[in-house]
Amino acid sequence: MSTSQTTIDPPRPTSLTLTVNGELRTIEIEPSVTLLDLLRERLHLTGTKKGCDQGQCGACTVIVDGKRVNSCLQLAIMKDGCEVVTIEGLGAPGDLHPMQAAFIAHDAFQCGYCTPGQICSAVAMIDEGHATTSDEIRELMSGNLCRCGAYTNIVDAIEDVLSQRRRHLEAAE
Amino acid sequence: MSNVHPYVGRSQPRVDGALKVTGQAKYAAEFTADDLAYAAAVPSAIAKGRIAKLDLTAAKAAPGVIEILSHENRPETPKDDKPYLNDMVAVPGSPFRPFRDDRIAFSGQPIALVVADTHEHARDAAALVIAEYETETPVVDVAAVRNEAYDPPEKRNGIPPPPEPRGDAAATFAGSQIRLEQDYRVSPEHHNPMELQATTVIWEGDGALTVHNKTQGVMNPKNYVCAVFGLDPEKVQFFSPFVGGSFGMALRPHYDVFLAVMASLKLERSVRVVLTRQQMYTMGWRPDVLQTVALSANGEGKLTSIQHHAIQATSQFEDYQEPTVNWSGLIYDCANVSLKYELAKVDTSTPSDMRAPGATLGVYALECAMDELAYATGVDPVELRLRNYAEKDANDDKPFSSKELRAAYEQGAERFGWSKRSPEPRSMKEGRELVGYGMATGCWEAMMQAHSARVTLSADGRLEVACATADIGTGTYTILAQIGADAMGMDIEDVVARVGDSTLPMAPVEGGSWAAASAGSAVQVACKALKEELLKHARGIDASPLANAGLDLVTFENGRITLDSDPKMSVSYVDAVRASGRGEVEAEGDFAPDEKFTEAYAAYTHSAVFAEVRVDEELGVVRVQRIVSAIAAGKILNLATARSQILGGVVMGVGMALHEATEWDKSLGRIMNANLGEYHIPSHADIRDIDVIFVKEDDEANPLGVKGLGEIGVVGAAAAVANAVFHATGKRIRELPITIDKLL
Amino acid sequence: MTFSYHRAESVGDAIAAVSRDPNARFIAGGTNLVDLMKYDVERPGRLVDITRLPLKGFEQTGGGGLKIGALVPNSDLAYHPSIERDYPLLASAILAGASAQLRNAATTGGNLLQRTRCYYFYDVATPCNKREPGSGCSAMTGVNRIHAILGASDACIATHPSDMCVALAALGATVHVAGPDGERTIAFEDFHRLPGDEPQKDNTLAHGEMVTAVELPAPRFGANHSYLKLRDRLSYAFALVSVAAAIEMDGDVVGEARVALGGVAHKPWRDPKAEGLLKGQIPSSSAFAAVADSLLSGAEGHGANDFKIELAHRAIVRALGQAAAATPQVQSSKTVN
Repeated sequence: MSTSQTTIDPPRPTSLTLTVNGELRTIEIEPSVTLLDLLRERLHLTGTKKGCDQGQCGACTVIVDGKRVNSCLQLAIMKDGCEVVTIEGLGAPGDLHPMQAAFIAHDAFQCGYCTPGQICSAVAMIDEGHATTSDEIRELMSGNLCRCGAYTNIVDAIEDVLSQRRRHLEAAE
Repeated sequence: MSNVHPYVGRSQPRVDGALKVTGQAKYAAEFTADDLAYAAAVPSAIAKGRIAKLDLTAAKAAPGVIEILSHENRPETPKDDKPYLNDMVAVPGSPFRPFRDDRIAFSGQPIALVVADTHEHARDAAALVIAEYETETPVVDVAAVRNEAYDPPEKRNGIPPPPEPRGDAAATFAGSQIRLEQDYRVSPEHHNPMELQATTVIWEGDGALTVHNKTQGVMNPKNYVCAVFGLDPEKVQFFSPFVGGSFGMALRPHYDVFLAVMASLKLERSVRVVLTRQQMYTMGWRPDVLQTVALSANGEGKLTSIQHHAIQATSQFEDYQEPTVNWSGLIYDCANVSLKYELAKVDTSTPSDMRAPGATLGVYALECAMDELAYATGVDPVELRLRNYAEKDANDDKPFSSKELRAAYEQGAERFGWSKRSPEPRSMKEGRELVGYGMATGCWEAMMQAHSARVTLSADGRLEVACATADIGTGTYTILAQIGADAMGMDIEDVVARVGDSTLPMAPVEGGSWAAASAGSAVQVACKALKEELLKHARGIDASPLANAGLDLVTFENGRITLDSDPKMSVSYVDAVRASGRGEVEAEGDFAPDEKFTEAYAAYTHSAVFAEVRVDEELGVVRVQRIVSAIAAGKILNLATARSQILGGVVMGVGMALHEATEWDKSLGRIMNANLGEYHIPSHADIRDIDVIFVKEDDEANPLGVKGLGEIGVVGAAAAVANAVFHATGKRIRELPITIDKLL
Repeated sequence: MTFSYHRAESVGDAIAAVSRDPNARFIAGGTNLVDLMKYDVERPGRLVDITRLPLKGFEQTGGGGLKIGALVPNSDLAYHPSIERDYPLLASAILAGASAQLRNAATTGGNLLQRTRCYYFYDVATPCNKREPGSGCSAMTGVNRIHAILGASDACIATHPSDMCVALAALGATVHVAGPDGERTIAFEDFHRLPGDEPQKDNTLAHGEMVTAVELPAPRFGANHSYLKLRDRLSYAFALVSVAAAIEMDGDVVGEARVALGGVAHKPWRDPKAEGLLKGQIPSSSAFAAVADSLLSGAEGHGANDFKIELAHRAIVRALGQAAAATPQVQSSKTVN
């Protein structure tokens, strides 16, 4: 799974292999490159946003091995062999993920800059399975700040997807 | 799809929505080039003094470093301020000129720019720049210089100074039985849009630059850099198709664009500058203002005098001004009014417009004072406002173009359940928590600007509507598409809106809530011209069914021009375009505000904001349970995006009331919480239920009947929350934010 | 951020790699260290990545307790069935901290090792004894609303920012450590230290020592616990004051009580003497107030943080009340019961 060396001394570019949105990517990077900067600057996946670069806003949220994390605080080298899903991997115009569609339907964004992080976070939160009430949604989404103040619409969008999912599960039973 | 018109007035999903939710919308730092270099600005460690020595040895030796620029080695720049004043939003004074000399005027001021081959190398080398300073003692607290307050000698363009006093407010106040005088202060705030301020300059060769800059109006930084660097405007193109929030921050050209262009010209290669979150606190902020409001009234709560005095912080080098006190002469009917607005200088960057500049602070103070008056007179807060309802703008002695504030009070109170409020403070409780109901009025000016737009119908039957304005999240793309689709009788799916490109027809900066009215009206004018063009070409077709038809005899709908008297007689848009002999037909439209109308009428938007808070008195914890904001702002173009504008303003108002405070260390003159972890904007958990009402209001200031919505949502929101906290607790907190410590 | 990188293959390898280089640091979740490196506050020359070490398990101990691997992410810990059932105070405290994203990345060991949020510590342009010993403490007379009221020194008034650690202190956890000289255990109260003359030292680990596990004693307190956190917004903010309270009832009276405070000192603050005041008492506000009086007897403000003394007092009383009533604070509910 891992192609990079386990020791890089002195600091120099080294090879890293990741699965990004289902695609195996091998790339040379220095150890100081964060996962966020790898995505944005090397892989040109600029859907993942940099809002603070300090784990204080959530705009850079991506899903690594099924868990939502702040990609700005992850050193890419440490994610060698991991599977990363970004906003680009969830859906594309014309082929939207239900959460993306719900965000449009509920006008759950304005400037759009926190939006990819909100959506990745919401998708992963539903998979985590700890959010059922609106209080729980609000608490578990609080790591994603939105300065445009779209919070109530975001919660509406998430509740919409949750109830779609419940209906789907009930129908499947 | 047909018969869907009008789009205007409906809840239309954003036309740029799919791009935003999939990460395809590209912001300023997301454009690239093969020769891109990354630059990092080095901030000053001191707030006042001069750079004694810059030691670049270690930084220069760091991996990947291409160049380090500073005041010592920068390329020649203009010797005077004049070129730097090519800024539509400039204020009186001497604008900040990056790398001008060794002087430091504010903490975090850029003192060097490190250009390197990667983002990491630039960041890491920037940390190795060593500066020695000669430090002077800064003053950052406006209260410390209040005795040096002055009337700004030069008034800021577009910002009316306070009106002349009317009546005799001081004497009336002195002779009144019911009177109150209080000081109010709001912690300084920073805009903190989610997107970092950024510029990517693409070096196109031969002196041509393509600049992707985060801005609320591409023409403004373009004019600025062309003037400052002596560039041929024909060779410089600015783009800003998506703006990750701004709230006024990106009205003026900032040092990111200056530094990126300077480095690109020097190195003859593409350069990107992205500021850090900490550096977002080195430009523009909602100023610290010391406010005093004195009100007097008769026993029925009729105002007999209003006095409002503000001393506002500005930088040492510019006289930034906003209309803080004027609202107090406008919102209520009162014969004796005295308003005073002064500045005092501190060692910070220049404050800047931040969502509803002036009104957010001034109306907060007035509306808290009105709430205090309601308790002093025993008159219900809504009733008090109705008793003092202004039927005309007494500041300018003009009738209002429209004012449905009364309906906003009524509908807002009804929706909120204001009648369930028990008047006494501390009289409502649920469980352990005290319950408080508070309300406030909001007001903002309905402005318009000269604006142009171009509409183009192509041979494939698609319409492009375009102008150089910005969509900073407001929904401009969508409303322009709606207006274009309606005007041309087209499906909105066939309409493409373009903004944020300096080659497009002229637009002012997007701000002040004027974009919808101004850009929208320009699109309407352009569409009318386009119809004339199309009809001309349709008439020219051999044996045209519309041969002698005039514009008033035909209908443009479903992609066809149809004769009203005989619907069988029609020409498709596509055939009309084809008949033009070109691939497309375009038309431009110029809109200018109707000066006669604006001379005759005062145009304002209004709101009535109602808030319910829950307070755990013992622990000082305040929760905003719900807010109802009833808005009177003329015609609503898009219910979805309009509602979002108000939601956003209300959330920012909650932040102002309860959370937000920029904290300067007073001896270092340095902002200590310059990040999103310690400067608290509201989070999901802080915001529960916000209800927005748009009351019907007909206005004729422009053909669309639009007044603008970007600012009005925030005005009054903080006062409503603060007033609700008083109702809950009986504690009047006159310094925002109302944090735990203030309620203990 | 220029460092060489080593991915450790074993605990021994990791310890050796850090031990031989005074400028080396372990890295796991990275949620604090990477942040500090971007601020230029931490400048390690070598990072030793321990994320692939086998320290991710839960293990029952002989005494009925539970040993938690140092690399268990905070979220996995909070939602682990054993923790939810037997140590709900710990689960609650973890969920009160940071954000879901940060909890997914941050580890158990890393949570213990997170550094203060003192503004001045984070700003290399300002004097700070913790960051640069001997340079002075800017917070003492500066912006100190968030700073310590207990156990501070003339050199430093920083606080420890963890929520999880407050619960661990209350529960009486033990920290397992491995180092160049072998393994040892440290009682939780001895793990973090007060600033004294050496505020640069947050804890009692020697260079090269690594947290391998945190051990919880056998479960106690049942539903008589609460974690109450008070802050400047309702989520995603560090505590101004937090309280972990737990009570073991003995019939109608208190058998044993635990109270740990967060946000008020350089370490989670406990005082067995104060806790002892509750023993044999019928739970009541006045009895809780006596505990608070005792816990805060040495409290001292520095101006803007004076309010924390009163706030902590009230929070202690409330949290003990919640614990006694077996109605612990639910972190997603913003109403304090």
